[in-house]
Parts: sequence; structure tokens; C-alpha cells
Amino acid sequence: MELICPAGTPAAFHEAVDAGADAVYCGFRDETNARNFPGLNFSREELRESIAYAKRKGTQTFVALNTFMRAGSEEIWYKGAADAVALGADALILADFGLMAHVAEKYPQQRLHVSVQASASNPDAINFLVDAFNAQRVVLPRTLTIADIARIGKNIRCEMEVFVFGGLCVMAEGRCSLSSYATGKSPNMNGVCSPASHVRYRKDGGELVSELGEFTINRFPAGEAAGYPTLCKGRFDIADSNGYAFEDPVSLDVMGELEALKAAGVKALKIEGRQRGKAYVAEVVSTMKAALNSPPERRAPLLARLRSMSEGQKTTSGAYEKRWR
Amino acid sequence: MLIPPILSAPLHMIPIPLIERICRLMFGRIAKAHPGLFERLDEHREKRFAFLPTDLPLAFVVVPGKQEISVLRQPVDIVADAVTEAPLFLLLGLMEGRCDADALFFSRDLSVTGDMEAMLAMRNALDASNIDLQKDLAKLAGPFAPIARRVIGEVRDRALKDQMKPAGEAAAWN
Repeated sequence: MELICPAGTPAAFHEAVDAGADAVYCGFRDETNARNFPGLNFSREELRESIAYAKRKGTQTFVALNTFMRAGSEEIWYKGAADAVALGADALILADFGLMAHVAEKYPQQRLHVSVQASASNPDAINFLVDAFNAQRVVLPRTLTIADIARIGKNIRCEMEVFVFGGLCVMAEGRCSLSSYATGKSPNMNGVCSPASHVRYRKDGGELVSELGEFTINRFPAGEAAGYPTLCKGRFDIADSNGYAFEDPVSLDVMGELEALKAAGVKALKIEGRQRGKAYVAEVVSTMKAALNSPPERRAPLLARLRSMSEGQKTTSGAYEKRWR
Repeated sequence: MLIPPILSAPLHMIPIPLIERICRLMFGRIAKAHPGLFERLDEHREKRFAFLPTDLPLAFVVVPGKQEISVLRQPVDIVADAVTEAPLFLLLGLMEGRCDADALFFSRDLSVTGDMEAMLAMRNALDASNIDLQKDLAKLAGPFAPIARRVIGEVRDRALKDQMKPAGEAAAWN
């Protein structure tokens, strides 16, 4: 199985390639991708240099253009696609059907991957994208069990890529409006989940308080590991109780299920984290590569060290190993 | 790894202008070695970024666009757009991109307050810059550069080894 690794800067890109990534995914420094954070991402020139570096090392580059086009401003996304193709991207990761149609028509030779942001999570939806736009791979949402993935795999006509490590989005990606509700901005349209412009941290005695817009997301007592200020992982007062309404601050790790994912027909394993630093990328990619090359019984000790870098310093197999239904 | 009080205590006595002069020299050297350092800051370039080492009696305020650095004695009410607090070696690790800021935030080793857009832009600018303090600063030692390079390297290796601590079995969830 291929290891698909994140990069938010050219420095992180180099680290991912050097650590053994089979492919690195990245985006332009604008609203065309779902990690449009201040100071992050690639200029055209940086992407050109990075792709050249990757090619020299036999690594592929996937360019994420996975936000939804704004009516009247389609040119921003069309230009992103044209530039990514011209710069030699091995695949474009797309979410918007209009952009998929544009790429399929203008660049029929270009490999097209369906972003998780497209919310294609059943065989009918996926096969439609294969037939209509010649999609060659789908990135599945983190809301499916491994049994679901295996069932989908038997009934679709393209490759499957799944997230195995990193940030855990528990929502129907591409359809989540929690961030929009709180801030007016979303990963789908603006490329930002919990935009930094609306995030505030403050100390209240020994507690760390995180706020998003007008909402208090969490109060972490002294010594408790912290998490991102996302509504889906907030701790709220609900009726008479106080707790996590959707999910704890926790990261995904399903590397313990590699054999099952392989048996389910998964072609590529994706690491989340374009917003993370190059130290994280280097450590996670090299550890994951070592785990992939190790027998199953030796993977857990290797991966345990990554928990200290994870949100809430905890990891979960999430819906992949759903036990509560 | 924290700076032992026996090493940080003399900083109470050393005049601020002297410390500031040394810091400006180092800042200038790094800026010269990495001319595109703050390009990623965009509109945040003129903002005031404060860095508070929790194991030193000093605070550092940087205005990247003006290549300005000022030093204050802690405790002090900092006037800045964004404030980062962490032990000195972690701040230096962040400057070099050898530590992951999110991981340090999760472990509560690092705290950030103020303008988060500016802070994120600064984090990403530093992470993209390939600063190497051992290489960039050793030259300031003139004829003693090889010794300085070795000392900086050894201290850095030790600090980084301390930083990568396992979270333990209890961290598994589900």
C-alpha cells in the first residue's frame, strides 16, 4: 500500500520525501484548498521546485484543490488546476463536481482523485464520479467501518485511499457547517475549519480556555492535554451534564488494522496534517514507513511514540472499529 | 530541558542594553542568512510578537518587518499582538522547526495568546525557513566558531532528546 503524506511548506515536503513518502499532497497558498491557513502552503515556484525534488527521488506529488468554487470566481480554481497540471502534479485532489468536469474536459490525461471533501461514501456516488469524470481514486471519509470500506471496495471501479493517522474529522466532510455556524467561514468554502481569526486562547487561573467566535470550546484544567478549538471536539454543558458532545480531543490511528485495510482492497494510506510542522511530518512519516515495513506484532511499540504528538495526546481507531452500534 | 536557575540567575544582573545588543546581533545574522524569512507573514509583518521563555527572567519582543528586537525583564506587562510562552529550548526548537508547535500546545508545554492569525503565520514562516542556529550563529564567535558550533550542537541534541517523551499506555483511547 502507498503512503500518502502531508506537506504545508516546501521544508515539510522535503522531510516527507526524505522520510520515504510514496506521494506527498499539498496545496497552493490560497482558498483553493482546505488548509488555507496564514503562512501555509505553496507558491507556484515553490511547488515547481518541490515537484522536481520529488521526481528526482521517485516520489509523486498530489495537489489538493479541494474547496468548492464560488459562483463568479471559478477562475481562481481553474487557474489552480491549470498551474498544477503544467507544473507536473501526478494527481489533482478535487471535491467540486464542477471543477472535476472542467479538469476532465480540459486535461483528460490528468489523474483525478476524489477528495474526502466530496463526501463520496457509497458505491453509487463513487461510480458516478468514475463514469462522469474518470476519477481514478477516492479518498474515503473517516466515518466508515473497515467492513463498510470492504463492501464499497467490491462495488466500485476505482482505487480507495483512507486516512490512517492524524486529525480525526468525525463529520460528513465537505458538508459540515459547524465552523460556518460559529464563524461564517468553513473548510468547504474558505479552506478553514475553526479559522485562526476567530480563535482565542486565554488563561483562567490554572485553566486554559479555548474560544471560537462567541463559543467557549473547552476549559482544560492544569495538566490535562489540550486539543484544537473545533466545535466537534468541544466540551459543553448539555442539560445537567458537562462533556464531549461529539468526540474527545483525540487523533486517528488505525495502523493496527493494516492487514484488514489491505484485505478490504485499500490502495493507499493517508496521513492527515498539512497544517503541522516539518518536525511532525518527519517523525510521523518515518515512523509510519518503519511500521509498514515491520511485522504486525512490532507496529504498536513503534507507533506508541507518536501519541505524544497527537491531539489530546490520545489516539483512537474511531469509526473504523466502531463498537457501540 | 529547562535552564537551571544557577545559569539564569546572572541574567538578573546583566544590563538589558547589553543583552539587547547581543540579541540584535544574532537576529541580524539570522535575517541575513535567511532573507526570505518573514515573507510568509504577509500583513502580519509589522505586528509585535512576544516570546517569553518560562525559565528565564527575560522577555523578547520582535517586530519582523522592522527587524527589531527588544528585551524586557520579566515579570512585565507585555504589549504585543501575539504572545508565546515556553521554556527557552523549546522556543529555540520552534525557531529551527525541530519541534512541532501543535504537539507542544497539546502537552501544555507551550501557550499562546493574542492574535492567532499572526501567530500561525509566524509559526509557519519559521517552520519553512530552515534556520540552523548551530550554523547561523557559530560564526559570531569568530576564531572560536568551531568550538561554538560543537557546544551549540551538543546542547541542542540533548534538549531535543528530552523533548521527545512518550505519552505512555494510558493515552490509548477507544
